[in-house]
Amino acid sequence: MQALLDWLDGLLADNSIFTLQTLSYYGDGLVTTVQLVFLSLIIGLVMAVPLAIGRSSRRGVIKWPIFLYTYVFRGTPLLVQLYLIYYGVVFVEGIQESWLWPIVKEPFVPALVAFTLNTAAYTTEIFRGAIKATPKGEIEAARAYGMSPMLALRRIVIPSAFRRALPAYGNEVIFMLHASAIASVVTLMDLTGAARFIYARFYAPFDAFLFVAAIYLCLTFTVLYFFRFLEKRLMAHLKPLN
Amino acid sequence: MLDLQGYGPRLLEGAGVTLALAVLSLILALVLGLVTASAKMSHSTVAHRLATLYTTLIRGVPDLVLMMLLFFGGQIGVNALTDSLYDATGIDIFININEFVAGVVTIGLIFGAYMGETFRGAFMAVDNGQIEAGKAYGMTPRLVFWRIRFPQMMRHALPGLSNNWMVLLKTTALVSVIGLADMVRIAAEASKATREPFTFMLVVAALYLMIASVSEWIFARLQKRYSIGYGEDD
Repeated sequence: MQALLDWLDGLLADNSIFTLQTLSYYGDGLVTTVQLVFLSLIIGLVMAVPLAIGRSSRRGVIKWPIFLYTYVFRGTPLLVQLYLIYYGVVFVEGIQESWLWPIVKEPFVPALVAFTLNTAAYTTEIFRGAIKATPKGEIEAARAYGMSPMLALRRIVIPSAFRRALPAYGNEVIFMLHASAIASVVTLMDLTGAARFIYARFYAPFDAFLFVAAIYLCLTFTVLYFFRFLEKRLMAHLKPLN
Repeated sequence: MLDLQGYGPRLLEGAGVTLALAVLSLILALVLGLVTASAKMSHSTVAHRLATLYTTLIRGVPDLVLMMLLFFGGQIGVNALTDSLYDATGIDIFININEFVAGVVTIGLIFGAYMGETFRGAFMAVDNGQIEAGKAYGMTPRLVFWRIRFPQMMRHALPGLSNNWMVLLKTTALVSVIGLADMVRIAAEASKATREPFTFMLVVAALYLMIASVSEWIFARLQKRYSIGYGEDD
């Protein structure tokens, strides 16, 4: 490890901006960005599945509140949602005295909440579309087998909807990765936050932002290829034979 | 009921800035999109590769990072360019990259890439027989483009354009981060000054929803217009 660090140090010896220290800022930023995106995507996904089922329900009491939620969160900028939660949380009655305060006052949590609510809204609509597109024959076949509606949902509708939703969900993951850059606006040191810090310190916009753009590009391609691989695996039964 | 504490007119002004920014970026994006789509469909390998590089790079990098690169780096770049122009020819010009210009250029560049994909798909959906019929009438390629390919392409492109516009509209909020006094920035300032973030942020959210609803209505009308002659369900 020490040898590796020495080697890196030697490599960067003539570089006044990219020293080990600034690289460590980028490293910490990378960790924060990945954590933020990963956590919000996982929680958003878990929220979106029941919401999508409710959104496809015939009952207005269930359907319309979910529609309102997705409409508002998809129709307004994520930045506004982030500001609302980040600046608004202080004014929730009694929160400053509660045990939640030490957790909530860090910018990470409001950012996580805003991102989660946002991605859950988009994912709900993606899944709703996929559920709606279930071929009628599949549901009829399940009924004919004597499956209850719940069982048919669990065994037939949801697995097949998951597969259909995969390409659109891959786009949503990339969208979230890019949207996470705005976390730096509420003082979170994510990748973009690190780039802004280094820009401000060295007044070197090209170095600071091009480097971080390259990191984002690599992350985007990783996500893209991961989803392509998943699609290939999960859709293998739909591929033409030759 | 709703007390904006005197920030009402400024918020409206900010809404005007947001709209102007969105419309100008849309125009730039449409032009860039058409160019990209033509480049991708052209027989020239260089043009095709350049267009692919452009769309790949733009779609792989967050909008905020691009915006900061252009805003913070753009002035340095432009100054270097005009300085060398001065040294070479003695012409002294100064181009100011302010927040608004940087915003329009960035958002236009980003959505040009998305529009390019939309237009390319739409152009490919135009029936080849229509284009051949145009040629058979002795129309020049330019005339075929404006009379046959473009109007029919628009019908296929409109749903995609409408989607892109909705995303573009929300992206304009990012320009407040580099300092443009659009409605988000004014609402953020008002929130800090009055300590009432809920009031101002909710008003801005409502304004965005309103603009989105109006544009949805306009796009529905456009869709109807460009679908004339294709039956009701199209």
